[in-house]
Order: sequence, then structure tokens, then C-alpha cells
Amino acid sequence: MKAEQIISHTSEWNFESLKEFEWHIGQVATEYGLDTFPNQLEIINSEQMMDAYASVGMPIGYYHWSFGKQFLSIEKNYRRGQMGLAYEMVINSNPCITYLLEENTAVMQAIVIAHACYGHNAFFKNNYLFKTWTHPEAIIDYLLFARHYITECEEKYGLTQVEDLLDSCHALMNYGVDRYQHPPPLSAAQERQRQREREAYLQTQINILWSTLPQKSSPKLKERPRFPLEPQENILYFIEKNAPLLEPWQREIVRIIRKLAQYFYPQRQTKVMNEGWATFWHYTLLNTLYERGQLSDAFMLEFLQHHTQVIFQPSFDKPYYNGINPYTLGNNIFNDLRRICEYPTPEDKNWFPEIAGNDWLTTLDFAMRNFKDESFIAQYLSPKVIRDMRLFALADDEREPELIVTAIHNEAGYEAIRQILAKQYDLSQIEPNIQVYEAKLKDDRSLTLRYVQHAGKSLAKNTLEVLKHVYRLWGFTVRLETVDKRGKLLKTYQCPE
Amino acid sequence: MTHFIDRRLNGKNKSTVNRQRFIKRYKAQIKQAIANNIYKRSVTDTRHGEQINIPLRDINEPMFEYGQSGYQEIVLSGNKEFVAGERLPRPLEAEASSQSQAHNYGQSEDDFSFELSREEFYELFFEDLALPHLIKTQLLQEPHYKLIRTGYSRTGVPSKLNISRSLKNSLGRRIGLIKPYQKELSELQTQLAQFEQAPAEDSQLTQLKQQISLLKLKIKTVPYLDNLDLRYNYYTPQPEPTTQAVMFCIMDVSGSMDETKKDLAKRFFMLLYLFLTHNYEKIELVFIRHHTLATEVTEEEFFYSRETGGTVVSSALEQMQAIMQARYPSTDWNIYAAQASDGDNWNADSPQCKTILLNSIMPYVQYYAYLEIMPREQQSLWQAYLAVKERYSNFAMQTIHSREEIYPVLRELFKKAETYES
Repeated sequence: MKAEQIISHTSEWNFESLKEFEWHIGQVATEYGLDTFPNQLEIINSEQMMDAYASVGMPIGYYHWSFGKQFLSIEKNYRRGQMGLAYEMVINSNPCITYLLEENTAVMQAIVIAHACYGHNAFFKNNYLFKTWTHPEAIIDYLLFARHYITECEEKYGLTQVEDLLDSCHALMNYGVDRYQHPPPLSAAQERQRQREREAYLQTQINILWSTLPQKSSPKLKERPRFPLEPQENILYFIEKNAPLLEPWQREIVRIIRKLAQYFYPQRQTKVMNEGWATFWHYTLLNTLYERGQLSDAFMLEFLQHHTQVIFQPSFDKPYYNGINPYTLGNNIFNDLRRICEYPTPEDKNWFPEIAGNDWLTTLDFAMRNFKDESFIAQYLSPKVIRDMRLFALADDEREPELIVTAIHNEAGYEAIRQILAKQYDLSQIEPNIQVYEAKLKDDRSLTLRYVQHAGKSLAKNTLEVLKHVYRLWGFTVRLETVDKRGKLLKTYQCPE
Repeated sequence: MTHFIDRRLNGKNKSTVNRQRFIKRYKAQIKQAIANNIYKRSVTDTRHGEQINIPLRDINEPMFEYGQSGYQEIVLSGNKEFVAGERLPRPLEAEASSQSQAHNYGQSEDDFSFELSREEFYELFFEDLALPHLIKTQLLQEPHYKLIRTGYSRTGVPSKLNISRSLKNSLGRRIGLIKPYQKELSELQTQLAQFEQAPAEDSQLTQLKQQISLLKLKIKTVPYLDNLDLRYNYYTPQPEPTTQAVMFCIMDVSGSMDETKKDLAKRFFMLLYLFLTHNYEKIELVFIRHHTLATEVTEEEFFYSRETGGTVVSSALEQMQAIMQARYPSTDWNIYAAQASDGDNWNADSPQCKTILLNSIMPYVQYYAYLEIMPREQQSLWQAYLAVKERYSNFAMQTIHSREEIYPVLRELFKKAETYES
């Protein structure tokens, strides 16, 4: 093989060197078979990065005070030097938009290109959750539609009205997600068309005459079947379709927030995998270039320094310990998968008989495509990673006076740690499982939600505050019942009290 | 296909609308925070924004969450000596919270804190004072600009034509254009001379002569002055250096001036300062506080100390007069004075105040404003000052009872000043 030319660079980046890095990294990525959307790299300054942060990574956001609050707090922390900004931000869209911070050095820009434009990008394109739930071709259009629609509503119905509605929707955003059904694809034009049709249809259904009829005393209630027949997990969807008093435009806004929640849902479920995958690849891609003599030693030294910072995992007893670093965990698992394929030990053959000694590229590709954090950890967290990170499990039981170490990195503990850690990333374990239980549409129109108690945990103190938001959307009495596994009623919150 | 886009030149304030909405929504809390901060803020600090803390509970966005009970099992990293089954004491609540507190540098953890920009701060600050928008921008405006010469430009109006620079250019251009022709011409002329000495063919001779006359014509047609040569004087605006001013702030700090009264006084002085900085580029402040004795103090002491005892206003006026004479001759300085008091004065002292004002102060000052804050009743001092007011049109006096009155009063006080100046 002929000696390759070193990609020249100075510590300051310029567009020529960026293009060159991008091209070379792209070449190597193709050799490794990374399948990506086309890239669009945008250079932005720190202020714009803070804007991007504040709008939770939506390139075009609707207006809401909570984003302003977010911005103010980021700005303050950044100006005081209490917080650095991320080197990049990447949007799951097609083409895949990556923001590069202008303050980065040339080396950092190269890392970001490898990390985001090839790592995250490939993940967005191929992971099953993203494929099912998000539509990268349509998202920018949809965000544009959402902003215009909400602005239009603000003009028509007043700022406060829209703001109140958005507040309530935001409070329920995590409960605006379908966990099992598949959503149909949407494009902005279709969406606008459908929205008009829905509005027109609903308008025709209103007949003023009905409201003049004298109210009859209600017939026997018990005979009617409960509505909905099955509990509904998507509370926002249920409200959009069934809330008695919402105007058509209000239903539309509920729908917009629900759609956005759904768009972000896969990201919340694949933090470890997504970051781990991107970190694994920025390391692998740049190292490959180095091995071919295309990167200088000086480049590699700076690169390794940044890389070790990214995957630094403080131990639990440090004051700045902030949980397990998803970059570290994900990167370690992917690295170890490669090792298991390339240099399997007897232990690996025992734990991973189906992959030990296989081709590592296909194995990693399969893992990236078909899992989310929870299942990924349950499937691939190897004893070696547990040993290397010295993971241990700690139980906090309110009935016990002390904390108990339940498992450590030994033969007896591997399986337990795997299970507990996997659960830690299961969203249904992190958020209380609250579903729509009953809506008495033909009676007093009250809405009943149910929380099925999990591991003896009760709901937080602010539950009633959230319930007020549900009440605002529903318009009639809202109840939240805590029941145990057998359906025994433990506690009821009600709004208005 | 990869695209690179430079977005740095795009508008950066994408979040402005969101930010404004946040401020609008929590106006009440932010105003409260400003009111608290105003005690700490320096009078002369008109350039910075303000750090605002508001309680987090007021701006929370609630979501369904688990409470802190039940059974929980988590995985942590970095085990050193634990074995399975080991029991550890729970970390104490107080310990955990004191640790996080230490990082917050005195702010309560329950506070949401952020910075308001200068404009946002004044927007809210002045709103409290019921300041009409028009005046507000006037006060906050940058100083006047004067046009000064800064080099030359290729375009301009004829009256700004710079003759010597234009002629220099013309000369340079003419030399540059003519030189090659002249070189050729002299060569041809020597040739011609040679031909004329040795007889030659007529045709060659005429050709040579033709060439020479053509060259001469070319030299002649190089214009004396071309559009390219013209240079115009170029002007850029620069802040106009204005004359200097000094402002005397005189405040009664006797026992009867409580915190509320001082707060009103401070707001008044702050507005006054803004007003003066608008008109003068260089402004100095002199703080004089008095009870029975007057002392010149720093701003810090001026607003934060509290003394007890009686009141002799004339002591402050004497002090002011002394300082004026020593440091601020009225030929070089525009002198302003603002006095805030609750009107309490030792009765026998008031006539003396009148004399000092009439004879030694009023002839030298641009403007003297007297502000009586929440007086119990109008006393001898007010009567004495009324007499001064009759004699001097640049003397103004007002009483004030609440914050909302500060701005109208200030306007009333300075309406005259503006006409007086113009």
C-alpha cells in the first residue's frame, strides 16, 4: 500500500481543512460499511449553540416561555464558566444536520465530524426505534408547520390562551407517546390539509339546537360498559380525541405536542447506545486514519485527550459523580463486543456462544439496528465490562434502616447487575405508569387515571399540580387513583378537590 | 454529498422571543427581585444588567414523577471494597444538601437565577416609576455625535472635494500614463535626428514623423483631471465631547429618615444621574450626608449608613459651598444639586439655609432640586425654600409620597431645566 499523505491542519480550523477531514473520514466510514444520511454541517457560534440547547435541539421551534427559561439558565451558567457547551449538536433529519461550534479547534471539529456525521447519523438511519417512530425527511417541514400553526393560533385566540394550553401539554408530554402502535408517516402539506379537514368536520358536528334540550335525568349507569374498554397509555392522544370541551385548534395543538413527544421518544430510549455507538466510531475512524499515516502524532495526542475526557467515568464516591456516563458505558460495551468477536476468551464463549469469534462488523451492526438501551444492556453487557467499570448494585428499601449492596462484579453478581442496570434504562421504570382508566362521557364527564404502583413507590408531591394541567385540558373533574398490582385502591388525587 | 454552511452570520437571537415571554410571565417576581436588588446596586451603575433570583417553586414545570419511597435498586460504578450483602448507612439528608449548597455560593438551591440585560433591567425598573416610553429612550440614548474627518473617499458631494489630494492623484496618473510614450518619443526623435544627418528614403522619414506626431497627440490627450483622481473628504460620526458636570447629592440621614425614605431617595438620585449622563459625557458625583453635622462620604456610606439625632440642613449647604469653591469653579463646571430630606429641620436653622442658598449657592449652580420625601407636614424649611424659589427660576422643589411619583416629580423638576438650558 502506498504511503498516504498526512492531512495537513493547523490548530485553527478553516473550511478547506474541514472539507478534507470530512472527505477522508467519509471514505473510511464507507469502507466500514456505515450507512448514513447525507450530511449538512453548519458552523455556529456559542450564542447560537445556546439557542439550539434551549429549543431542545429543534432547529425551528414554536415560541414558549419555558424555552426562554432554559436559555436564561444556560446563558448564566455559560457566562460564569460553570458549564462548557457541547462541541456539537446533531439533528435527526434528512439530510442530517450537525452544528459545529466555531470555537472548536481543528482536531475537535474532526472528532465531531466522525462522532456526529457518521456515528449518530448512521444510528439515526438504521436503529429500529428511529426507523419506526421518526420521519427524518419530514421533521423540518413538520416543525415549520407547528410553529406557523401555533403562531396563527396566538394571533387568533390570544397569547395567554395558547400559552396555558402549551403548559398543560408540556406537563403531559411524556404521556403523549404510543409505545406499541406504529404512527403513519406525515408530511407538512398533508398535515396541513388534514388539519383543515378535521377542523371543518368537527365544526359541522356542532349543532346548537342540542344544547337547548332540557337535561334528562341520567338512566342507570351501571349497565354501560366502561369507556375506554382497555386502559389507554397515550393520555394526550386520549385527550385530543375525547376531551369534551376543547376547540378544534386546541385539539390540533395537543396533537402537535404529542407528535413532537413521539419524535423525541427514541432519543430518550437510546442514550447509551447512541452515544456509545458514536464514540466507538469516532475512535475507530480516526485511529484507522492514523494507522494509515494520514494523521500526525500531534493530532492524535490532542484527540486522545478529548476522547478520554468524553469517556471519563468518576467513581460513585466522588462529589461530582453524576450517575453512569452513557458515553463510557456504551463505548465500553461496543468495544467489548468487538473484542469478543476478534479475540474471544473461554468466558465469552460461555456467555456469548452465538457471537464469540464472529465477524465484528456484522455483529455490531446487528446490535445497533435491533436494540434500545434496556434490551441492549440486558443482551450485551459482558462480565468484562462489569469488572472493568467495577459496577455494583445498591438497594434502597424504605423498610430497611441501611442500604444494602446486592451484587458486585463477581460470578454471582454479573447476571443481577445486568438485569438491574437494564431496568435502570427502561423508561417505564423511570416514569410512573399512569394510564387513562375511565372517562364517564355520558355521566358527569369525569376522567379517571390510574397509577399501578411499582415497587412500592408513591407519586411525588407535585402530582396534584400536574393533575391541574390534566383538568385544564379535560375540563371536568379529574381523578388519579393509585392502585396496587391486584387493583386495590390505595390513594386518590382529585382536581378540583 | 456533504454541505458546509456558515451560519455564524445568521441572527443569533433566536431565543429572544422566548426570553421575553419568560420575563413577561414572571414580571411580578422579577420586579420583586429588582426591588430587593436596588438596595445593593450602585447609583452610577447604569451600564450593566442585573442578576435576578426568583424562587424555583414559582416557575416549576411539573411532571408525573415518583416520590422518594418504596424500593429502589441502582447500579453504580467504581466499587472499591464492597462485597455482596454488605450494609451501608444512608447518607444523611443534611450532609447531602450541605454539599450541594457549597457549590452554589450562597444562593439558595430553590432559586432560579439568571441575568437581565441592561435594556431589560431598565424596562422593568422604569416601568415601576411609570416612565413614559419616549422619555425613557431619550434618557438611555447614546450621547450626541459630531462628524469628524477620517481620511478620504472616492465618492462624495462636490463641496467635500479635497483639491490637493485630487491633484496629487492627477499628477501621479499623468506621470504614469505619459512616461512610456515619452520614452518612445525620445527614441524616435534620436532616430529622426540620425536620419536627417544621413540622407534616407523619404517614405521612412515621413513614417517616422507621423509616428512622432501621433505620440505627441497621445501625450496631449492624457486628461489633466480624470474622475479617477477625485478624492473627497470623508467624515465619520464620533461622540461629541461635552462639557463636564458635577452633581451634588445631599441627603438627610437623621433618625427620621427610614429605609423606605432612603429607597425613594436612591431611586430619585439614580434617575437624576441618568438624566445628567445623557447630557454630559463627564460627570462627577459628590455625596454629602448630614444630620446635625455634614460630611462628604462615598456612595457606599451615603446610602447604607443610618445615623440618629437632629437635623441641621445648613451644615450640608455650607459643606457644599466649601467643596464648590475648592474643587468645582463654576466657570469650568456645570453644577447640579439635588437634595433629599423629609423636611425636618431645626427651626432656627431654616433662615440660615435660605441665606446660604440665595447668596452663595444659587448664583453658581445650573439647577437645584429639592425633594421632600413623605413629610409629616410642611415645616420651616419648606417655607424658607419657597422664598428661594421665588427668586431663582432654576430652583425646583417637590414633595413625594410613593414610588410612582418619582418620575412625574423628576419630570416636573427638570422640565424647567430643559428649557433653561436651551
